[in-house]
Amino acid sequence: MAAAREGARAAHDARNTDLDLASLSLRQANETLQKAEAGSFVVANPRGAHALAAGLTNPLDVTINGHVGYYCGGMNQKAHITINGNAGTGVAENMMSGRVHVKGDASQSAGATGCGGLLIIDGNASARLGISLRGLDIVVKGSIGHMAAFMAQAGTIVVLGDAGDALGDSIYEARLFVRGKVKSLGTDCIAKDMREEHRTLLRSLLDAAGIGPEIDVAEFTRYGSARKLYNFHIDNLGSY
Amino acid sequence: MCGIVGLFLKDKSLEPGLGRLTAAMLHEMCGRGPDSAGFAVYGGAADGTSKICAVRRVPSLDWSDVAARLGKATGSKVTYETIEDHAVIRIDGDGAAARAWLIENVPEATVLSEGEAIEIYKGVGDPDAISRRLRLAAFSGTHAIGHTRMATESAVTIAGSHPFSTGRDTCLVHNGSLSNHNRLRETLRRHGERFQTENDTEVAAGYLSWRMKEGDSLKEALEHALDDLDGFYTFVVGTRDGFAVLRDPIACKPAVMAETDAWVAFGSEFRALAALPGIDGARLWEPAPATVYAWSRS
Repeated sequence: MAAAREGARAAHDARNTDLDLASLSLRQANETLQKAEAGSFVVANPRGAHALAAGLTNPLDVTINGHVGYYCGGMNQKAHITINGNAGTGVAENMMSGRVHVKGDASQSAGATGCGGLLIIDGNASARLGISLRGLDIVVKGSIGHMAAFMAQAGTIVVLGDAGDALGDSIYEARLFVRGKVKSLGTDCIAKDMREEHRTLLRSLLDAAGIGPEIDVAEFTRYGSARKLYNFHIDNLGSY
Repeated sequence: MCGIVGLFLKDKSLEPGLGRLTAAMLHEMCGRGPDSAGFAVYGGAADGTSKICAVRRVPSLDWSDVAARLGKATGSKVTYETIEDHAVIRIDGDGAAARAWLIENVPEATVLSEGEAIEIYKGVGDPDAISRRLRLAAFSGTHAIGHTRMATESAVTIAGSHPFSTGRDTCLVHNGSLSNHNRLRETLRRHGERFQTENDTEVAAGYLSWRMKEGDSLKEALEHALDDLDGFYTFVVGTRDGFAVLRDPIACKPAVMAETDAWVAFGSEFRALAALPGIDGARLWEPAPATVYAWSRS
């Protein structure tokens, strides 16, 4: 069984399968991707289509040439998806594993509720990046908007640029590393010391995102939960 | 929901195609606002007359009678042409007085716009059918704003459709909902603004008209709006020579913009912009919250 699957993968790997949304419907393209067990696919003319390459469950390699709409790569498992353009709201939302790489900017709620895998954004991300994060790792090479990592539970967010207002509001155990300025921290989010384990983690994520040693982990500040809001306390009433 | 499109041309050679490009953009936003739709087109060189767009509420309304009465009341020359249930009334002289007279004396019609360059058309139902019926694709002009509505704050009627215009050559479309519009409407009424609906967006339009009458530029008026309007909004605003965008401070509603040497465009989603000429080379960005983006032809 495993050998047969490897054989299928090898046959697919030998060529790119082109999916042109100028001639295929979105549903046809998504069905082809969702049914494929392996292989390499190039999607042309996405023209802002929503939910493109969402719900993939196999180790495909998908390259999308153009700007995508909402929820591209949502719920992704195992697939590696590269978007040569900008992504709309909720790119890689609720992603489970694999990798989603946005070569341009990402709109709101990128990586929201993501459970695992790696989301790389070469440009900027707007508001609500990684809200309710549950294990996904996110690396943003530009800056991010307000309310990032709101109620984030697990996973890591690395930002090479600046962060907007209310970073990490009501954060649980997600780890945040920001190289630039943070406009303001949300409730219960504080700057923390960088220990060796954090430097190692940060370096491994920078490596995974293809960022070389010219970016020094010492330039980052770590942020995380002050753990004051975990349990109800009457003195914190105004913060809940 | 609600869908917004806007196109501000910098390259004059595109002006004959303004309506066609806007109709294609609006088509992509049908799903965001299937209740009703409307569009504002700015075009036509000024010849000293004012244009007033109005839509009839009852089929029996006789536009020739309206034009004759308006001419008599104002003492000015009045002509008109009709497009389906709309009329474009042209009057020599004070368009604002004529607008006020029509609102006061012709309850069988809703006045949609008044100005040198602006024309507004609206309808209820499928946005594509509205744009076909009112021949959006045939319009030429310098800039256009369109809206597809999913109603939240007031009824699905032509009067509740966007764009809203309460001041000369000014219009506004809105995705979102305002929470302090009732009190603000009363304040603006005391400042002399005239409203035709209970709609929240008309209050925002009236607010901008009032600020600009007080001497604000479009950009300044929108900066004041950040302090005085409460609620969710992405606004796209047109003036005779200008085009502006503002999102609320928490950026509740979607927005994407693109710019080339030939045009500036706004869409609630990128799909609305995908067919524009030169989009592949355009600068594309999401407008930041609480930040006024404004362009003008000068």
